[in-house]
Amino acid sequence: MTIKDIKNLLDAEVVCGEESLDKEIHSACGSDMMSDVLAYVKNQAVLLTGLLNAQVIRTAEMMDMICVVFVRNKKPTPEMAELAAESGIVILSSPKRMYEACGILYSNGLRGEGEING
Amino acid sequence: MAESLYFEYPVDGENFASAGQASTRVKRNLRELGLDSETIRRVSIAMYEGEINMVIHARGGVAKIEVTDSQIIIILEDKGPGIANIEQAMQEGFSTAPDDVRSLGFGAGMGLPNMKRYTDYMNIDSVVGEGTTITMKVNY
Ligand SMILES: Nc1ncnc2c1ncn2[C@@H]1O[C@H](COP(=O)(O)OP(=O)(O)OP(=O)(O)O)[C@@H](O)[C@H]1O
Ligand SMILES: [Mg+2]
Repeated sequence: MTIKDIKNLLDAEVVCGEESLDKEIHSACGSDMMSDVLAYVKNQAVLLTGLLNAQVIRTAEMMDMICVVFVRNKKPTPEMAELAAESGIVILSSPKRMYEACGILYSNGLRGEGEING
Repeated sequence: MAESLYFEYPVDGENFASAGQASTRVKRNLRELGLDSETIRRVSIAMYEGEINMVIHARGGVAKIEVTDSQIIIILEDKGPGIANIEQAMQEGFSTAPDDVRSLGFGAGMGLPNMKRYTDYMNIDSVVGEGTTITMKVNY
């Protein structure tokens, strides 16, 4: 699926990266622990999280991820959005909760591949 | 690359919001140098883990990165509390991070083992009460 499909499936708002919505996504992961993302995630391109700070964006950048989805309507600060825009990362903000958001994407065919806790 | 390149960045220990800034800069520098993405990813993750450690455990320090024609050398120096038992600190799951660090998304005790996993060489030199110097090398 594309980032745009994720946006639609999760009723999400695009915070930044509107120009990259057509990028293809093959796997995703969900976690509030950046330690676990750094240690367990392999090639997932999307990170779903309920944690809101600049290190979420930086972690995604270090892992070469291309999209961060903040669940429970969390909205990043302008500084976080700017950081993401500089690294070409799309930010989505969805009203769904973590469990539901992951379930929706999974049941629409987006798998996790590597393992991830949390 | 004929000559090696050297970057040095201060790591601010007072401000968690900026933690990871040095790693972000290094990643962009390595991209500009045209290094392959897998090498950049390994360096980025290892350095980022080390940089976060300097902020949450050691009140900041300095990050020094050297790029030669065959490897990237990352040296992270701090004047924090030091690590009393390095063998224990290297174990997955060992962490002294307080709860407020965990609420920031860190403190699972995975950083040091992850740094080892992503690098070809890692050495921890630490003196309790004086500080810690971590040297990592990634061959490419
Ligand atoms: N630069 C440092 N100065 C002092 N102590 C450190 C330093 N780096 C690591 N430590 C000690 O080693 C422990 C293990 O570090 P490690 O990076 O593996 O885990 P963590 O930082 O606690 O959690 P995580 O990295 O998963 O977020 C830390 O909890 C801390 O006690
Ligand atoms: Mg750590």
